[in-house]
Amino acid sequence: MRKEGIRDRVAIIGMGCCKFGENWEKGPEDMIIEAAYEAYEDAGVDPKEIQAAWMGTTSSHWVGMGGLALAEPLKLHQIPVTRVENWCATGHEAFRNACFGVAAGMYDIVLALGFEKLKDCGFPGLGIGRGMHPVMEVRRTAPSSFAFAANRYFHEYGLSYEEGKRAIGMIAVKNHHNGSMHPKAHFQMEITLEQVLNAPIISSPLGLYDCCGNSDGAAAAIICNVEIAKKFRDDPVYVKGIGLAQNSIAPHFEPGFNWTSFAATQNASKQAYEQAGIANPREEINLAVVHDCFTITELLIYEDLGFSPRGRAREDIEAGTFTLEGKLPVNTDGGLKCFGHPIGASGLRMCYEIYKQLQGKCGKRQIKKANRGLAHTLGGHPSVSCVVILGNEKG
Amino acid sequence: MIGIKKIAVHLPYYRLSRKTIGTAWGAKAGKGERRVANFDEDSVTMAIEAGLKCLQQENRDKIKGLYFASTTAPYWEKQCAAICAGVLDLPPGIRTGDFAGSTRSGTNALIAAADAVKAGLGDILIITGDCRPALPRSAQEGIMGDGGAAVLLGNSDVICHIKDSYSAWNDITDVWRMDKDNFVKTWEDRFIVQMGYEKDITHSITAIMERNNLQAGRVDKLVMYSPEGTSHQRVAKKLGFKPEQIQDSLVDRTGNTGSAQAFMMLASALAAAKPGETILWANFGSGSDTLLLTVSSEIERRGNSSVTGLTLEAGKELSYQKYLAFRGFVQTPQELIRLFPSASVMWRTRKWSAALHGSKCNVCGLITFPIQRVCYSCKSRDNFEEFPLSDKKGKVFSYSLDNLAGGPNPPTIQTIVETEVGARIYCLMTDCEPEEIKIGAPVEMTYRRFHEEAGFYNYYWKCRPMGT
Repeated sequence: MRKEGIRDRVAIIGMGCCKFGENWEKGPEDMIIEAAYEAYEDAGVDPKEIQAAWMGTTSSHWVGMGGLALAEPLKLHQIPVTRVENWCATGHEAFRNACFGVAAGMYDIVLALGFEKLKDCGFPGLGIGRGMHPVMEVRRTAPSSFAFAANRYFHEYGLSYEEGKRAIGMIAVKNHHNGSMHPKAHFQMEITLEQVLNAPIISSPLGLYDCCGNSDGAAAAIICNVEIAKKFRDDPVYVKGIGLAQNSIAPHFEPGFNWTSFAATQNASKQAYEQAGIANPREEINLAVVHDCFTITELLIYEDLGFSPRGRAREDIEAGTFTLEGKLPVNTDGGLKCFGHPIGASGLRMCYEIYKQLQGKCGKRQIKKANRGLAHTLGGHPSVSCVVILGNEKG
Repeated sequence: MIGIKKIAVHLPYYRLSRKTIGTAWGAKAGKGERRVANFDEDSVTMAIEAGLKCLQQENRDKIKGLYFASTTAPYWEKQCAAICAGVLDLPPGIRTGDFAGSTRSGTNALIAAADAVKAGLGDILIITGDCRPALPRSAQEGIMGDGGAAVLLGNSDVICHIKDSYSAWNDITDVWRMDKDNFVKTWEDRFIVQMGYEKDITHSITAIMERNNLQAGRVDKLVMYSPEGTSHQRVAKKLGFKPEQIQDSLVDRTGNTGSAQAFMMLASALAAAKPGETILWANFGSGSDTLLLTVSSEIERRGNSSVTGLTLEAGKELSYQKYLAFRGFVQTPQELIRLFPSASVMWRTRKWSAALHGSKCNVCGLITFPIQRVCYSCKSRDNFEEFPLSDKKGKVFSYSLDNLAGGPNPPTIQTIVETEVGARIYCLMTDCEPEEIKIGAPVEMTYRRFHEEAGFYNYYWKCRPMGT
């Protein structure tokens, strides 16, 4: 990888995001149209100006193969549309490839759009016992994978069940507080720590409020060559770094895997930090929107991204470091906890929040100093991570 | 002389007391209890459990045959012995066969195997398991039990010699299950006992005693199949045996475990046997088999290692509702399963999904599961030896008690097992109480039935607390 990577080579000039939730009355095409047209309008571009598009989705039912699910509702029939998929980093993967298409000089203006229609599948969760083999993963669930991490983290760092539950529970309370101020969030209510602690257990120690929801959603970005960004708006957002890495598809079989940190997140962030010229993320990042699929995941992310020292995330949680008023607000929009996790959409939904924060448009959720923000996804068992760093100034 | 080298029993974890059954139906309860196969067990898995116990410390390359016996084989067509041979990790070029049709199938298999051993074939493993479906509220519901047993036959290092055997057939419709029946049926009690059990088993016992000039008084133990736990005493008494010579039927502890019943009783007798003792071992079902055994001095030298699995005190009481659900007699909410069942995938991955082989890197020594062609650690390609893991002990590295996965007995317990050789295995835990699980708890591997997606039985490994 070249040292400066993607830094300041492309810019975001428009973004869109549909209302996330149990969108029983909307199909994928409706959500795609809402997200894309908000982005067009925000950027001030005509759909005819879009030269290529990247679409991210993983398991949406009845959308068929290829990029047609995006091309058809938007009638982008004459340009290349590429479908990408990379576990829960799928939305980021669409964004990443769109950026590369522009940075390579092939296109000036492109669309990256991610969506997922989870609620048509009949499952309350993401499905069970998926994937790699007819029996080896029977009855593995997404919460169980992160319950492995939680039980192991509590064990390694000497937290009792109650201490551990409280630490991760506070993350749920924080994210719900933030999400209560976002009109596009699926869940817009505050919750108390008592509610979190007393909620039914989904996969011990993770209770209902430790798990993100299952929602439908779509989000989109218009990306252009940095040279022309200011023609569209005064406050474009610059892409500072993109990193992507994976560990094993089967960490639950990998000898020595510690389950208290994920190398994929560490390595993806390392790549992004290097491109963005960030040496001390705790000091140099103003906000982050990260992959809180489960509350324990957000706790581990604090440590893997270098926001908290190893094993000491709990101290930062208790000190309020990651609240809206804290030193480094995390999940200012409510995160996956409040938006749910329509897989293909999530990475772009995260970028949407950072983009709006960097433009100072977040109203009650607006943080004071917002120059550089980080979006992070983590997918698989967990296996794949993508980190995107955005800034509102060049350099 | 040929004989039994090892004998092992598998008793399922769950126990159903006859009082519980009586309470469920508002009926007078019998005494005692029966064993119930867990929801993930069947005759194949229980036979394998017993077989694995017999193969502990044995060189599997010396096994020259595997016979499976059951009245409840999960397949009409597809050989169960072949399924078991793969899981038991036996060599490919050996004899395998299924014996079926009656509760006598176990000794049918054993006698056939004894002849082959006598002819010089080598050691043969006989495994049996039964999980007979009894109509809810019927008398059989309390009498029948589930379980497995295995015997390793050979012509050296035997704990008891097989001196003689006698078999007789009887075409009688006493206890049966048609190809389209879901439950075991019986004819009128007095007919089936008088013209079936009593007549048949008397025939073979008398015949073998006459042929060997054996008086009842010279027999140390009469190990005699018993349909319901009492008839055998009446027959034995008529034949001149005293109560102390008659082996307990175990029916009040385990239930009548069908094809495994006679094996369990013999294991129980051998656990207390002394060298030089004479045992008459009689089995029944559409006729009878009786074998004349003499206990060898090897039994003292080998101690307990040759008779294993009679854990009558272990296990956990099951509710009647769960019993019905585990046996599929009532429907419970459907599992939210998303799998891609495939016969070809199961076949291609049989060395790890059936035999539980991992791989050991020839360069750096790392042991991994499943088999990895490129080493996790040193990245060497295709430079490994397969490494059997089914007999390796492990510890819980992490776990979860999951209420989302569903399944027949929630919470589902998912575990990452760290084996004693370092390989990690993600698997479900079975035969356990959720509240007892913790990081570091010792576990062992057990082969279980998983699901029947695509219309065939998919089996795979789970772990369970050590020694359950």
